[in-house]
Amino acid sequence: MTGDTRENEALLTLDGLTKAYPGVIANNKVSFSILPGEVHALLGENGAGKSTLVKMIYGLVKPDEGRMILNNAPFSPTNPAAARSSGVAMVFQHFSLFDALSVAENIALGMDNPPHARALSARIREVSNAYGLPLDPERVVGDLSAGERQRVEIIRCLLQDPKLLIMDEPTSVLTPQEVDILFETLRKLTAEGTAILYISHKLEEIRSLCEHATVLRLGHVVDTCDPREKSARELAEMMVGDTLHVPSREAATPGPVVLAMNDVSMKSPSAFGTNLHNISVEVRAGEVLGIGGVAGNGQDELLAVLSGEGRAQSGTITLAGDDIGALYPNARRARGLLTAPEERLGHSAAPDMSLTENALLTGAVRKQLVDRGFLRWGKTEAFAKTIIAEFDVRTPGPDNAAGSLSGGNLQKFVIGREVLQDPEVLVVNQPTWGVDASAAAAIRQSLLDLAHHGAAVIVISQDLDELMEIADRFTALNEGRLADPVSTQGLDVETIGLMMGGGEQETAA
Amino acid sequence: MIHLEKRPQPSKFWAGLTPVLAVIATMIAGGFMFWMLGKAPLEAIRTIFWDPLFHETFGPYSRPQLLVKAAPLILIAVGLSLGFRAGIWNIGAEGQYIMGAICGAGVGLAFYPSESILIFPAMVLAGALGGWAWAMIPGLLKVRFGTNEILVSLMLVYVAENLLASVSQGLLKNPEGMGFPGSRNFRDFPAAYNTELISGTGMHWGVAAAFVAVIFAYVLLTRHMLGFQVRLTGEAPRAARFAGVNPTRLILFCLGTSGALAGLAGLFEVSGPSGQVTIDFNSGYGFTAIIVAFLGRLHPIGILLAGLLMALTYIGGELAQLMLGLPGAAIQMFQGMLMFFLLAMDVLSHYRIRFNKTATA
Repeated sequence: MTGDTRENEALLTLDGLTKAYPGVIANNKVSFSILPGEVHALLGENGAGKSTLVKMIYGLVKPDEGRMILNNAPFSPTNPAAARSSGVAMVFQHFSLFDALSVAENIALGMDNPPHARALSARIREVSNAYGLPLDPERVVGDLSAGERQRVEIIRCLLQDPKLLIMDEPTSVLTPQEVDILFETLRKLTAEGTAILYISHKLEEIRSLCEHATVLRLGHVVDTCDPREKSARELAEMMVGDTLHVPSREAATPGPVVLAMNDVSMKSPSAFGTNLHNISVEVRAGEVLGIGGVAGNGQDELLAVLSGEGRAQSGTITLAGDDIGALYPNARRARGLLTAPEERLGHSAAPDMSLTENALLTGAVRKQLVDRGFLRWGKTEAFAKTIIAEFDVRTPGPDNAAGSLSGGNLQKFVIGREVLQDPEVLVVNQPTWGVDASAAAAIRQSLLDLAHHGAAVIVISQDLDELMEIADRFTALNEGRLADPVSTQGLDVETIGLMMGGGEQETAA
Repeated sequence: MIHLEKRPQPSKFWAGLTPVLAVIATMIAGGFMFWMLGKAPLEAIRTIFWDPLFHETFGPYSRPQLLVKAAPLILIAVGLSLGFRAGIWNIGAEGQYIMGAICGAGVGLAFYPSESILIFPAMVLAGALGGWAWAMIPGLLKVRFGTNEILVSLMLVYVAENLLASVSQGLLKNPEGMGFPGSRNFRDFPAAYNTELISGTGMHWGVAAAFVAVIFAYVLLTRHMLGFQVRLTGEAPRAARFAGVNPTRLILFCLGTSGALAGLAGLFEVSGPSGQVTIDFNSGYGFTAIIVAFLGRLHPIGILLAGLLMALTYIGGELAQLMLGLPGAAIQMFQGMLMFFLLAMDVLSHYRIRFNKTATA
């Protein structure tokens, strides 16, 4: 605690907040203060208790103990509407917008007393211009980019004139340029006295934006600091409470081309998806190709066309020289092309099935877990146990349902399942999305090790720091088109931003 | 105030216990209903659940009926459960059951009065094929045009019922039946009759087939890749596609299997207990089997037990109509309650109930 001075001026003071769930104390006597006009960072690994804390402030969860003081008055919201009327607003990590409705309609739906449509549209225009967030209230949300959708959420909050704005991982879907615009807006807000409680895994952002940080670990406040005075590494170590293991790699010369995509186009199976256009790229043995880009620019589709869930024209995708464009997922797996999609629950894993059954999900072919149609449960369970042991998956055992694992642990299991099958090519989408720092480091290290042992690795990710850390070459998806890959050595943010925004299109072959 | 909290994984304990609780709750609510109808509730419950098995006079007659009634229910429900597990909803087993009966009986009657031992096997095959083909209609429409299998399979029940009415008054009508609707009676056609295998037990070929189907389904679901794919598709369809499951093949397999088993059930019924193709031989087994499938938790062993229980309520219900003058509709209400309580109790296996003193959002 910084002491009484902070508490005296505070907009919101948390005093001894405690919330326990069966088997875990999510928050244990959490106390800190947020000043008006301050950008206050909330740091912590996944499971440290950040979201429980925020939910208590926003009235979604009732604390077991402790009290909150907002503007010198006791504050105990029983639901989000009460929190909003007291001046607390929140922008969630996952948007809650209806694709088929317009911006104004979406905003009206989220308001307690929406004004008439015309008045509301005028207000939206006014606020969006005032804060430098251009947005046309009549546009249909389904046509908006992720950055624009986030603007809808932010403006929905700003219309309520909040005193405290809570933002949960707001930049995960933005290009660097869009991040700059967002930060401009946030600075305008704080200049007017609005306080911002900012949750992010991206430590560099926190260092450039926030004046004060509270670090949570296992439900306790373990430290407070001024992030501007700390390095990203120091911040990460405060969160983990340990020295952070930074993935390392040995330099290697890439081998022959393993996977080649030649002018691949595919129509997206979903109505609001992105079609792939003329994608051509080659990946060599022993290299990591990083594919950046803002979410919704064809990442899911690119993974699908490689996994075999979507199929390409014959002859457009070759693996070690063989045409695999029209093959089904298991035929591709048999040849050594493995994939791990972004969504863990329901796509790369079946949440209600056990880890053993989930090991079978993709391991059946390469691990020979099936004998003339009959399942070899013993061998499958042994495989699941190997994954759990080698990838440090924290779970009581392979009989537990995949859905009962935390995001980071399940992701380690999913990546481990593919890595341990010895792929020739591994394609992963968002390998460390929503994963805590130490699990993310372990996953990245395993991808690097895999490449070091001669596999080709494609990492699709929206985390640029991650791509810079592990990729040999970088390219970006923009509206279903892929830019020409460039070496990550000496790559600057300007170029990356242009590639993500489609500016490099002219130079692409 | 009470609120529900989702369990991290479904409780095996409650999943096993809820059917028992549902039966108990049904007895209580049913007893209340019987009481409102002016009958002694305990006596009614006893007449339904106890007398069919243990009553001195009725027992010897009712006991074999248990297997006779349970066999078609189990046979159909096992097939349905495969599709239900995968999220493929064949609601039209009744139609497939009728078509199996018509096709199987048709083949047998075509060879009247032959005494070849090949006739009955040929009928069995034709019955299975008839049900399979009828189920393929919603199947092919679904994979080709994306139609809803629930609607199509249900509609086809009414088509099948009309076909049944037509053939029992026309094509398959007994030429020596003095103009009455209905086919020849298989009791007078030994080579085609689905005879009792062990006298006095009710055990006929359909009962044997039901047991085989239970074992087959059990092995399929727990030991075979196809069964794993069925379960995976039901649990997480997107993960199933990712795992390489071919949805088209799976839809056709599930609908085809359930249709074939329903067809078999129809054939065994018409050539045995019912004895002839009549306009109303079917008695709704295809719909009741849906309840049996869920009562048995879509698990083969569970379905075996649920089929026996449901058969008991049928026989007991008839007995109650006879002895206590309970209306037939009350018995159907009673069976409906069972389904209702079962689905309601299901909440317990996925959620735990918490009691809070104060209300939260």
